[in-house]
Amino acid sequence: MPGVSVIETESLTKRYPKVTALDRLTVDIGPGVTGLVGANGAGKSTLIKILLGLAPATEGTARVLGKDSATEGGAIRERVGYMPEHDCLPPDVSATEFVVHMARMSGLPRTAARERTADTLRHVGLYEERYRPMGGYSTGMKQRVKLAQALVHDPRLVLLDEPTNGLDPAGRDEMLGLIRRIHTDFGISVLVTSHLLGELERTSDHIVVVDGGRLLRSQTTASFTEATASLAIEVTDSDAHPDGTGALTAALADRGFAVTAGAGHLVHVEAADEAVYDAVRDAIADLGLGLIRMEQRRHRIAEVFQDAPDAPRAQDTPHALAGQEAAT
Amino acid sequence: MSTTPSTTPADARIHDIGYRSYEGERLGAMYARRSLLVHSLRGAFGLGRSARAKVLPFGLFAIMCMPAVVMVAVAVTTGLDELPIEYSGYTMFMQPIIGLYIALAAPQMVSLDLRFKTIPLYFSRPIDRSDYVSAKAAALASALFVFSAIPLVIAYAGGLLAELGFTDQTTAFLRGLVVTAIFCVVHAAVALLVASLTPRRGFGVAAIISVLTIPYFAATAIMAVADEQGSTDAVGWLALFSPGTLVEGIEARFFGGEVEFPGEVMPSAAAGAAYLVAAAALTALCYVLLTRRYRKAGL
Repeated sequence: MPGVSVIETESLTKRYPKVTALDRLTVDIGPGVTGLVGANGAGKSTLIKILLGLAPATEGTARVLGKDSATEGGAIRERVGYMPEHDCLPPDVSATEFVVHMARMSGLPRTAARERTADTLRHVGLYEERYRPMGGYSTGMKQRVKLAQALVHDPRLVLLDEPTNGLDPAGRDEMLGLIRRIHTDFGISVLVTSHLLGELERTSDHIVVVDGGRLLRSQTTASFTEATASLAIEVTDSDAHPDGTGALTAALADRGFAVTAGAGHLVHVEAADEAVYDAVRDAIADLGLGLIRMEQRRHRIAEVFQDAPDAPRAQDTPHALAGQEAAT
Repeated sequence: MSTTPSTTPADARIHDIGYRSYEGERLGAMYARRSLLVHSLRGAFGLGRSARAKVLPFGLFAIMCMPAVVMVAVAVTTGLDELPIEYSGYTMFMQPIIGLYIALAAPQMVSLDLRFKTIPLYFSRPIDRSDYVSAKAAALASALFVFSAIPLVIAYAGGLLAELGFTDQTTAFLRGLVVTAIFCVVHAAVALLVASLTPRRGFGVAAIISVLTIPYFAATAIMAVADEQGSTDAVGWLALFSPGTLVEGIEARFFGGEVEFPGEVMPSAAAGAAYLVAAAALTALCYVLLTRRYRKAGL
């Protein structure tokens, strides 16, 4: 059923006595891998709690898999998997025993729980070590078990809270690959949170950015990053051109390219086609400058925060006020 | 990067089965709660855990059964006409051992889930807070009952073997089971609440031992003082102040047990009624507080 919403919120608001965790959040998330991006305290965990029907919303509604999270929490949790951010594994039991127990907690009969556990642990890449107590596992293995317990009951949607936390770069890549497979191979929709924006743009079909409980953006990953392919160039100064960066900017502008000044001594040039590379090389050679680097540059998701001026700051003020009121 | 990570060819062949979705039945929250109960009950005896986890529960259980076995042996060989200890009195007599077992089993049941933060995994599944609390409370009460009723069964079997009179033995045995059940339900609720307050197992053990023994000895001491001063009436009422004396009072008043309170005066009917109300209220209160405690232990 393509096009059907997996998660749908309407003016979802959650106020705690001192903080507004979610502020009229309206999103519509379809099947696929969706990245939920936000800094710590942006409301990601609160959103997950409400989606699972574990905390009531102050205002607004949330529907998961077409079910109302306020009234049908039990039915939602039967078909949704959740992987918490923090450690949650008892050290003295094996991965197999633990995941079987969790499968039964999701309502799977005993034999089905065993079969699904064996399957799922294999899919997340845990083999012989699954019979050993989990206390001796590496962080990467623990993350796999946490993922397995979220998938063992074959949910239609999994909520992964910071699944790459604490992993080294290789482990991070493996985990991101696994997350991708959850959708492409297993057919399960994924909502994955992270405060590391770069890693989500490689994994997700769709990105939702929240900050201070409010929606900053919700759009496909492609539209985030496709906008402009540009080159970042850094050059040396020379005696003839004490300001090499300025000279290059002028020279490229003369040749009819759209040039902007980047951070530090970087020059950004819009790379419409291959000809740009030659033009840049020629311009630098003509000026007699040294080329330090020239790299392809895409807009990173990080820039959406810069694009939304004052959003975090505007949010701080009411919090601080609320805090003071509560204190007096 | 899209190839299967670090697998030998043999593993890769298994991998090629691909993902299979699950179309079978999902049995829901009731089934999950029952599974949690069974899982926790087994855990209370160290079953399904390491061999080391079985040593203490089974060691205590052996001690718990020993007097029953000796009693039966004596009754059978010397031909006594009744067992040295009544069934209902047996549980009261063995309170210290049962207390130790409670102090061991209750933290095992809830502290580990808190300490290793497994609770969110439960609450992100169909069961909710009250399912979790009721499963754990039922599991602990059942574990205590199994622990303290099996010696009674041994004594009963021995009593029948020694031909002590079927009717007498059976009535006394059933009475003993009921008293034991009351004891277990009240103590399970108290101990579980105490255990749920700390994720540290050691603290839990120490706290439960204190909560079970300090009020018990305090109540008994004050009862002794009251008895010395001749206010025998007050003795019965003072039994209200600890779970242990409370159940002893119920045993003496309603199940024909011997009065073990200082002065050995049977508590009044009013005090007896108060015991029942207090036992029920204490259990209910602990249960409510437990449910409330897990409100904050969610995700």
